[in-house]
Amino acid sequence: MAEYKVQFEVFEGPLDLLLYLIKKEEVDIYEVNLTQLATKFIEYVEVMRMLDLEIAGEFLVMASTLMYIKSRELLPKEQQVENPEEDEGEDPRWELIRQLVEYKKFKDAATQLQAREWEQENTYPRLPIRPEEPAPAAPLRGEASLFDLINAVTEVLKRVGKRDDLREIFEDKWSVSEKIEFLIKLTTDKAAVKFSELFSGATSRPEVICTFLALLELIRLKQLVCVQSADFEEIEIARAPAPSAPLLQADAPPETNLS
Amino acid sequence: MELKYILEAILFSAQKPLNPKELRELLAAAAEHGDQAKPFKKTKEDVIVAALEELQKDHEAAQRSYRLACVAGSWQFASQPDFAPWIVALVGTKARPPRLSQPALETLAIIAYRQPLTRAEIEQIRGVAVDGVMQTLLERGLVEQTGRAEVIGRPMTYGTTPVFLEYFGLRSLEELPAADELRRIPVTRPEQLLTADPGLATTAPEQLALADVESLENKPAPDSPPPA
Repeated sequence: MAEYKVQFEVFEGPLDLLLYLIKKEEVDIYEVNLTQLATKFIEYVEVMRMLDLEIAGEFLVMASTLMYIKSRELLPKEQQVENPEEDEGEDPRWELIRQLVEYKKFKDAATQLQAREWEQENTYPRLPIRPEEPAPAAPLRGEASLFDLINAVTEVLKRVGKRDDLREIFEDKWSVSEKIEFLIKLTTDKAAVKFSELFSGATSRPEVICTFLALLELIRLKQLVCVQSADFEEIEIARAPAPSAPLLQADAPPETNLS
Repeated sequence: MELKYILEAILFSAQKPLNPKELRELLAAAAEHGDQAKPFKKTKEDVIVAALEELQKDHEAAQRSYRLACVAGSWQFASQPDFAPWIVALVGTKARPPRLSQPALETLAIIAYRQPLTRAEIEQIRGVAVDGVMQTLLERGLVEQTGRAEVIGRPMTYGTTPVFLEYFGLRSLEELPAADELRRIPVTRPEQLLTADPGLATTAPEQLALADVESLENKPAPDSPPPA
């Protein structure tokens, strides 16, 4: 009996134990000797009791069923009761085997489910990053409004205006298109340019105005964005993220949400 | 342009799994944008499904490291499980509930194949009480109450949920392995049982042989009408 203690496995239920015993015998379920099986099963239940394991009621029910089957078959064949009422009803042997076969099939199905569980656990769906996410300067606080810009340019004009007091009027040396090129170059070299930096080299009001108009034009064309990271902070100018421009052809419109 | 390649391109860029209805709507929407997409404006869902299945076979045959997967009726591209170590290094481990225990898997298998059924019916097959296991399965949303059985006491019946399909990566319940076999098949008792030798039950009846699935597939399904 000692070896049982070492080998003992905990079984989910009596059917589990029966299947284990059948597997140990290396016979087909249909060819198993039920009287032998009954003896082994009851041995196991005895061991469980010796080990003070809590024996589920199901084990005792199964043990009694097996004892019943065994007792019937201990009689010589000609003396076995041919119960006519049992004919259509349950032969306990058949009933048990049917139950075992059914349970075995679901046990196998569970193993297949387990394989699928593993497979699914290791399957990674392709989920590209949403195209909206890297869009307009997300980390910054927010776009500066037109009023913010006008407010800022007024400050610049005040400064420049003072300097200009004593000068003569001369013809325009600056054009908006020229300033557009200037702004693009400036923002290409640096990630973000402070608003005041745009006008640091400006010497007159017309030049400031030209630069400002160029800036507005580039914002309209979505080439530049003006962001103000916090209230009363200086406005910063940066290149607009590339994909938002109409540079993309119509062949790849990412349809995002259909639901 | 072939429909299956259009669908491939859509699914390649999709943010979430798409079902045939969504794909149909998308084909219709694309037709509004240009002449090129017009021929596919009124593609039917079964045509879409057929194209997807063909595409799936193409990928299978090409033995790529990814496949076109259909889970609970929605399609998406997914990597093959063998490549998990490298994907894990890239994106980290998947957030997934702990694996199911053996009793839970057994109970779930019974419910999946025999739904709808009552707790008592599950216990009859497993031969043990399933209260704790059922609690787990219900909490994880893998099974749900589907109604009541018309027997004494009108006990609750249970069935699997879409979460079940997603968890195991199944297209539908039909995709369960050996689905036909494990569904309700009338098990007839073999004739020779009563004359069997003492202690020896019987030889295997044909329809219960464990590995013998083919013989079943050739027979008509129990619920199909007999041929005229």
